[in-house]
Amino acid sequence: MTLRVNDLKVYYQTLRGDVHALDGVTFDLADGEIMGLAGESGCGKTTLGKSLIRLDTRMRHVGGTIELDGKDVPIADDKAMVPLRYHEISLIPQYAMSALNPTRKIGRMINELLRARGVRPVDIADELRRRLELVGLDPDVLNRFPIELSGGMKQRVVMVMSTLLNPSLLIADEVTSALDVSTQRAVAESLVEFRDREYVKSMVFVTHDISLVYQMADTIMVMYAGHIVEKASASTIVNAPRHPYTQMLISALPEVGTTTDQGRLEGIPGTPPGLLNPPTGCRFKDRCPLAFSKCSERPPLVEIEPGHWAACWKTG
Amino acid sequence: MWRYIGRKLFVYLLTFVIAVTINWMIPRFMPGDPVRSMLSRASVGNPEALQRMNDYYTGVFGFDTPLHEQYLAFWGGLLRGDLGVSVMLYPQPVLDIILRSVPYTLALLLPAIILSWIVGNRIGAFAARKKLLDNTVLPVGYVLTAMPYMWLALLLAWSLGIVAGVLPTSGGYSPTLRPEFSWLFISSLITHWILPFLSMFIVALGGWAIGMRNMIIYELEADYSNYLQALGAPSRLIRRYAFRNAMLPQITGLAVQLGTVLSGALLTEIVFNYPGLGTLILQALNNRDFFVLQGTFLFVVVGVLIANFIIDIVYVLVDPRTRVQMTGGAA
Repeated sequence: MTLRVNDLKVYYQTLRGDVHALDGVTFDLADGEIMGLAGESGCGKTTLGKSLIRLDTRMRHVGGTIELDGKDVPIADDKAMVPLRYHEISLIPQYAMSALNPTRKIGRMINELLRARGVRPVDIADELRRRLELVGLDPDVLNRFPIELSGGMKQRVVMVMSTLLNPSLLIADEVTSALDVSTQRAVAESLVEFRDREYVKSMVFVTHDISLVYQMADTIMVMYAGHIVEKASASTIVNAPRHPYTQMLISALPEVGTTTDQGRLEGIPGTPPGLLNPPTGCRFKDRCPLAFSKCSERPPLVEIEPGHWAACWKTG
Repeated sequence: MWRYIGRKLFVYLLTFVIAVTINWMIPRFMPGDPVRSMLSRASVGNPEALQRMNDYYTGVFGFDTPLHEQYLAFWGGLLRGDLGVSVMLYPQPVLDIILRSVPYTLALLLPAIILSWIVGNRIGAFAARKKLLDNTVLPVGYVLTAMPYMWLALLLAWSLGIVAGVLPTSGGYSPTLRPEFSWLFISSLITHWILPFLSMFIVALGGWAIGMRNMIIYELEADYSNYLQALGAPSRLIRRYAFRNAMLPQITGLAVQLGTVLSGALLTEIVFNYPGLGTLILQALNNRDFFVLQGTFLFVVVGVLIANFIIDIVYVLVDPRTRVQMTGGAA
């Protein structure tokens, strides 16, 4: 096991109280696994991504543990996390377009970061050039300023930069959201390539684009309102989901080859619950057509068949 | 790059011509007759003699020609470096009078602007680090920047000059000395310089510190700062980046502030009776000396234009984004 997250709770502190963005999240990530992390906006997927590398000032670790390659990840202790960052856990942020310092040449910024992390830039210079070529960039980009690159180019630079030290875990947070479809595909393929070449051991790919994650990920984990709803292999989630939320989420997606004659696409009625005072029990119960009295207790995440986990009383 | 500089130069030239024209117009449309006021001081009783002297001086200063000829003659003289003859210190050429004052103003302005900018930026960047520091620097900064130049000047003159009696409060050097290159004279210059310098330095300091503090906090929240933090970069590196990027708006701020700083310098000079351009303007105004007034304004305008031009060039050098836009970077 590369990553083992156990009952992780991370709350946002606000003036009106704690927002329970991650409320008891448990999952494993195997070596070489690319896990797609899907869900609506505000379901906690970005919070989970951040919790694995760096809590921002409003986030508070309330409980639970994270283990990476058998070692504890002290997420609540910002200082103790520093040695792990970049070397073991790395991040491709949501805002890759603006992640580069606008007034530094890209090569110089990378060198300064490497030196600050105790790596001699010369030792890694050849590898850096090779990887830039691998993602289809001319190594000459190192002599340019970020403004001289297109959005897709910056995205690829950040991808190479983030994975340069061969981290064990890579968190890719909505990396394709700001790109056009053809670039999305190229980025997704490069990430798979990085895994295949063992530049990264395993990857959490945060997205709300299920069709994209279906093509590249090994497994998909679906979250809803701070809870894990279902985790299974990508094909199982898309073709045979068991949790009512996942089922409705998948059926809300258009399929290639269908037309509107075969009926309008249905959304999921209602909105997710607020997480300031979250409801007890299953958080989907208010929107769930199958809800019954038992749903006021929180359903545990259980393995309903090998490698397929779901949290619902009806699937157990 | 050269096209950019060429274009900028053209704009500055245009500004210069307009400024000079306005500069020429203002004193001529001011109420009061300078020749008459000069003659009234001479208290000539005989009306006939008065009329003759009036005609003579009007001819000397060229007031008898039509306005457009005066205007053209003014440009002609300007290009030859001839700014006319002073009325109040007749017959000294205006250029000589101004050149005597310029070194004092420059010696006051340049260190005050540059040092306050540098120190203010440092203090602001430092304040952004810690809550405690921030809570002291910010209010002090607001108080300083809200202070009128001449009020602080008066306060300093009163406290350090009169009550404590450690520093002289008036003039550019001791009235018992003549300008010469000696240790005595130079030390007198320096002691007379400190108070006007301090009052300008302190007022400007607060504004820069506040600006820098806000910019740094903004930059530390920027995406690249977050990214570097997530990759475990030390805060030293992140702060260095933030400082450099926060500097860019401060440079623009410097360009915008130059005019204000300059007027502050003129007021400060008047308070301390410092023999620079500010005091000269006051004297020229009191004596309705068009030519000196015109010449001084001209120097001020040229000074501001040159300073802005330098800042334009500096900005291009420090911000790759403006540079790229000019050279047409590859997409």
